[in-house]
Amino acid sequence: MCAELLELRGIGKAFPGVVALAGVDFTVRAGEIHALLGENGAGKSTLIKVLTGVHPADAGEIRLNGAVIRPGAPKEAERLGVSTVYQEVNLVPSLSVAENITLGRQPGRFGFLNWRAIRRRARAALARLEVECDVDAELGSLSVARQQMVAIARALDTSARLLVLDEPTASLDEKEVAELFGLMRKLRAEGMGIVFVTHFLDQVYTVSDRLTVLRNGQLVGEYVTADLSRLELVGKMLGREVSDADFTSHVAAPAATMQPVLAARGLGRRGAIAPVDLALHAGEVAGLGGLLGSGRTETARLLFGIDACDSGEISLKGATVRVASPRDAVRLGLAFCSEDRKAEGILPNLSVRENLLVALQGKRGALRALSPAEQVQLCEHYIKTLRIKTADTETPIKNLSGGNQQKVLLARWLATQPAVIILDEPTRGIDIGAKQEIEQLIAKLRADGLAVLFISSEIDEVVRNCSRVLVLRERRLTGEIAGAEITSERLMHLMAGTHE
Amino acid sequence: MKAKSPVIWPLLGLAALVLLNAVHDLGFLKITLLDGHLYGVPIDILTQGSRTMLVALGMTLVIATGGVDLSVGSVVAIAGAVCAVLLQGGHSLALTLAAALGAGLLAGSANGLLVARLGVQPIVATLILMVAGRGLAQLIVDGQVIIIKSPAFEYLANGFLLGLPVAPLLVVALYLATHLALRRTALGLFIEAVGDNETASRFAGLAAARIKALAYIFCGAGAGLAGVLAAANIRAADAYRAGENMELDAIFAVVVGGTALTGGRFSILGTAVGALLIQTLTTTMYNLGVPPAIAPVPKALLIIGVTLLQSDKIGRWLGGLWPKREAA
Repeated sequence: MCAELLELRGIGKAFPGVVALAGVDFTVRAGEIHALLGENGAGKSTLIKVLTGVHPADAGEIRLNGAVIRPGAPKEAERLGVSTVYQEVNLVPSLSVAENITLGRQPGRFGFLNWRAIRRRARAALARLEVECDVDAELGSLSVARQQMVAIARALDTSARLLVLDEPTASLDEKEVAELFGLMRKLRAEGMGIVFVTHFLDQVYTVSDRLTVLRNGQLVGEYVTADLSRLELVGKMLGREVSDADFTSHVAAPAATMQPVLAARGLGRRGAIAPVDLALHAGEVAGLGGLLGSGRTETARLLFGIDACDSGEISLKGATVRVASPRDAVRLGLAFCSEDRKAEGILPNLSVRENLLVALQGKRGALRALSPAEQVQLCEHYIKTLRIKTADTETPIKNLSGGNQQKVLLARWLATQPAVIILDEPTRGIDIGAKQEIEQLIAKLRADGLAVLFISSEIDEVVRNCSRVLVLRERRLTGEIAGAEITSERLMHLMAGTHE
Repeated sequence: MKAKSPVIWPLLGLAALVLLNAVHDLGFLKITLLDGHLYGVPIDILTQGSRTMLVALGMTLVIATGGVDLSVGSVVAIAGAVCAVLLQGGHSLALTLAAALGAGLLAGSANGLLVARLGVQPIVATLILMVAGRGLAQLIVDGQVIIIKSPAFEYLANGFLLGLPVAPLLVVALYLATHLALRRTALGLFIEAVGDNETASRFAGLAAARIKALAYIFCGAGAGLAGVLAAANIRAADAYRAGENMELDAIFAVVVGGTALTGGRFSILGTAVGALLIQTLTTTMYNLGVPPAIAPVPKALLIIGVTLLQSDKIGRWLGGLWPKREAA
């Protein structure tokens, strides 16, 4: 089949101060998996939102099966056959799985719900995905990966002709990704068109038939995946030629004789992480590796005082310290970039300036306010050095793209001049260009003498950036490798608990 | 450039209301100098509105943290009762005022403890004191309405300083002081940060619980002072009626002034305008002879009108009616 299922022509969309899309064409055929690629702020999310009726387009037209459609709301788009699973799981954690799957279209009459039908439909939707899951369980009690599956089941519950997956694999482990791909192939065989937004190039080549590349809100081109080499693709996304060397830089091992800046002894919390010993030295990037749920974030939260430890102690430059809250941690010179940017990072309605300065100001205390001149100077410094794309310092941070939000959050911590910075998935939901910039920044922080604890699900990223890696498995520290020992194969074995 | 100010709509509402009054009765705007004191309806509005303004000032900060304080009306009653009993007992004015303020601080601390430390939902936590507080006030005055005979005390609400009424002067001074305290320090930023995303604020190293508790304590203190003004105004402590429905007027003033109930950004100036708008409306209805029983209806209409004008959707719709000229 090669009928054109979806055709977007000349789509334009502008937000205050930013042109998000300019004259973009995008075509998806029935029975294909079409990857949508681009850097941060390229316009992928905006294009999806135009397609699904979240933001109406300023210009251009959308045709579905040849007929012009103008979805004004996600529900309308759903009714027309366009179903979407968004980047961040947009479900209600306090409701049951069944309720989430049928929310907004519950079967029932006269305002009364038919609970048996609700459960039956939810079970059927999950069975189609071959996901085993208690439909009465509260959604919030499931892992993020499971919640994602529920979101997909929800999208498929309608009679969808086009399925839009906006970074569905960001929080899935390898096995779950494989399951998802199996499902995507099955749906493709049924004639469904699938739009697949992702940052993982491997996945693009594994599963997609065609791909469309956007850059700075404009169309770069549409390609058959098999005809485009990986290097060409990256070049198109970045708008520049990239040499292989960009991806293979390796970090030298640190001198292990120095006194660690931050050390934890027997630090643990029941149900979160078994007691761990770890030490971070100035001028090193130490990785914390492990699969989803292995206790990486839990360890970071203990170090930063978010959760209370029930065993062990933390010492800073040799002296034992009390880290009972993030506030204590910040005052001691620690910094922590959370993996959940939306819930734990940004202050959405406040300006870039306020988001950037809040940690420094918190560290100084309320009475030692930065003068307006100092504020502007600091913000402009970081906007320039981190190349943050924003209309100005007073723009609400929610109007920035994910990658630029992340840069503001990094700047927030750099402004406090920390001795130790913990980065939990700093490149999640960010494209290659911004990823490279953040990796370069990490290298610079190391050179400046900071101790960096780097947490990432992407093995390649860990290999590229870290001079030492601590590996967690099933909520305990199971291994440590350094220098030339760090290879993706070795890491995978340690994470999986298999022997080489 | 800052985004368009939310104060514009309540200001327009206030202007429209004043205009309506002026058309109805030219004497409305007239201010006369009598015995060196200023008199007139606008002065009355300022004087009568000073209590709501005071309560709304603290309410602004509580709402900015994402909470609400329903207990302010009862705290007004408690503070008034404390004043009456102490003055009746022959205590000094200074001690009386300190005790009233202390009662407000204590009430605010109780709310702050429940909300910020124990994590009780703000509506529930402050509802407790809203209900119990009025009983407490009755207990203090032993169920009686106590008449206050202290000219110095009455001066606070009804006196004049350099020809100007004392109560509004006091309130304006407090607004200015609060504005400076919030914007010259980082406190304002901290409150907005906690209201916008409490978890993120905590993770950024802010003492979110302490900041929230402070807002409730400040609000309690404001309500305590408002209680002093209320008692001084009527020269009596009426534990049953004092501060009745004042929490609602204060919340209205805050919301009409452009501070969202979801927390985050707040505008003290907006609150002041919102409080004046509500008081002007009350006075207008009194002047027009609207029966008190149906007085809440126009009030509700006004609030609906102003909040609709502030909503993004209506704004976009209006923007579509009058397309903005393209910037050159």
